[in-house]
Amino acid sequence: MPPTSPSRRHLLASMIAASGGLALSPLLAAAPPAPLLTRPIPSTGEQLPVVGLGSWITFNLGRDPQGRREATDVMRQFFAGGGRLVDSSPMYGSAQDVIGEAVQALKPARLFSADKVWVSGGARGVAQVEASRKLWRVPRFDLLQVHNLLSWEEHLPILLAMKREGRLRYVGITTSEGRRHAEIEKIMASQPIDFVQISYNALDREVEQRILPLARERKIGVIVNRPFRQGDLTQALAGKPLPGWAADIGCTTWAQALLKFIVSHPAVTCAIPATSSVAHVRENLLAGTGRMPDEALRKRIAQDVERLA
Amino acid sequence: MSEWWTYSLSDFLMFSSRSYYRLIESYNAAVWPAHLVALVAGVIVLGAIARPRQNLQRSAALVLAAVWGWVAWAYQLERYAEINTAAPYFAAAFAVQALLLCWLAYRPGNAAPAPQPLTLGLSGLAIFAYPLLALALALARDGGEWRQAEVFGIVPDPTVVATLGALLAWRAPAIFWLIPVLWCLVSGATLMELKINHAWLLPVLALTAVLARVMGSKTPRDLNSTANPRS
Repeated sequence: MPPTSPSRRHLLASMIAASGGLALSPLLAAAPPAPLLTRPIPSTGEQLPVVGLGSWITFNLGRDPQGRREATDVMRQFFAGGGRLVDSSPMYGSAQDVIGEAVQALKPARLFSADKVWVSGGARGVAQVEASRKLWRVPRFDLLQVHNLLSWEEHLPILLAMKREGRLRYVGITTSEGRRHAEIEKIMASQPIDFVQISYNALDREVEQRILPLARERKIGVIVNRPFRQGDLTQALAGKPLPGWAADIGCTTWAQALLKFIVSHPAVTCAIPATSSVAHVRENLLAGTGRMPDEALRKRIAQDVERLA
Repeated sequence: MSEWWTYSLSDFLMFSSRSYYRLIESYNAAVWPAHLVALVAGVIVLGAIARPRQNLQRSAALVLAAVWGWVAWAYQLERYAEINTAAPYFAAAFAVQALLLCWLAYRPGNAAPAPQPLTLGLSGLAIFAYPLLALALALARDGGEWRQAEVFGIVPDPTVVATLGALLAWRAPAIFWLIPVLWCLVSGATLMELKINHAWLLPVLALTAVLARVMGSKTPRDLNSTANPRS
């Protein structure tokens, strides 16, 4: 089924109804021609743009001054385009410091800082969070996630206590590439977390079966990592002509189509593609604007990607 | 790490080829003119392989030990650790190899030196000479800049390959080979994940050196032996 609405207002109203809350931020709505769509964080209703920025590999630049300048340019473009959520981890080498340098230079008013704790043992986790906060140059994190569920039994109570004390706004857990989904489900069902971060794309759709429905049921926000399978998906599709449906949803590249597939799922709050290219961050942000595929088209996108990739 | 079998090589790669070569470029600029010192060190080692006299070989082993120690500190610990959290462990392994090379220089023993088969000598020279020439050519073929050239005594890969050449010529026992061969596998896997064209080279060289060593004489030639194999 092709997209049906010619009007952006009508389209967005339909999407709000269809997605259980997808909304256009009033502030961003005043910035035509391509307002970045937002979704409410289920636990609070706070609006978050559907396209965020990851930092795995791309922002691990060491002391390279040129690379750091380019990363700052990427973040400048990201914030200028309405982006908010930037995600990192102590596991990502120098990425936290690279982000911190950009934060210091740009002073973004609406940054949503999402980091992780990735160490064995709760006490070491507290020290790691503080070290990470200093690297980010932020007064506090908006979201802290237990990276790959490492020592989650020890970290979660501490993070939840930090949230109660106002030293943190949201708490989450992460996994990637389909690992430990049974344990993820168990935590989602039993712990008062705000976010779960998982891998999801047009080829890796296992989370559609249980985790995404559970997230909606438990009012847990979903952050999607590795939307392009770390570049392998876009590389596999490079040079393959876009099917006719791409124009119907305003996509001029496969990357945009792949992102639209992800963020149009009603349970998804935000996708976090990582890039070191200003052009790519622009392209990614465009995927968070305009028409989104409906359920029928989403199925067709998945089928086409499966056939072509 | 749970569910370790679900992890692939790419899960451990935490930087891009761009970051990797820029790191080498900035490191090269920072340590210049250490390259000239490394060149002299390389000539000493090469000379020792060409003229296998006990004192020369002992000096060469000590030069190699110093080079491994330098790479452990200046590259692995001070630079590579910026983008690779495993680098401190690599630094420790390189430091251990430096100690092993010191031991190789002075270890006690009375094994009589065996004549060096021509093939072993040629393999040793070829493997040693390679990083000075062919690796730079491979880099150029990939479109890399000369500022990003990987030089013996400065960065690990050519240093390790040169060491394999020396170990081959000296027919050193297996313990001295372990860390260099492991490094070739680790670095080769890293370059493969970075999609570098010559990623296959290091593992192939390591395999060649190991095969040449196994196929050669099984009698180790001790650096402390007093006889001159060419006398």
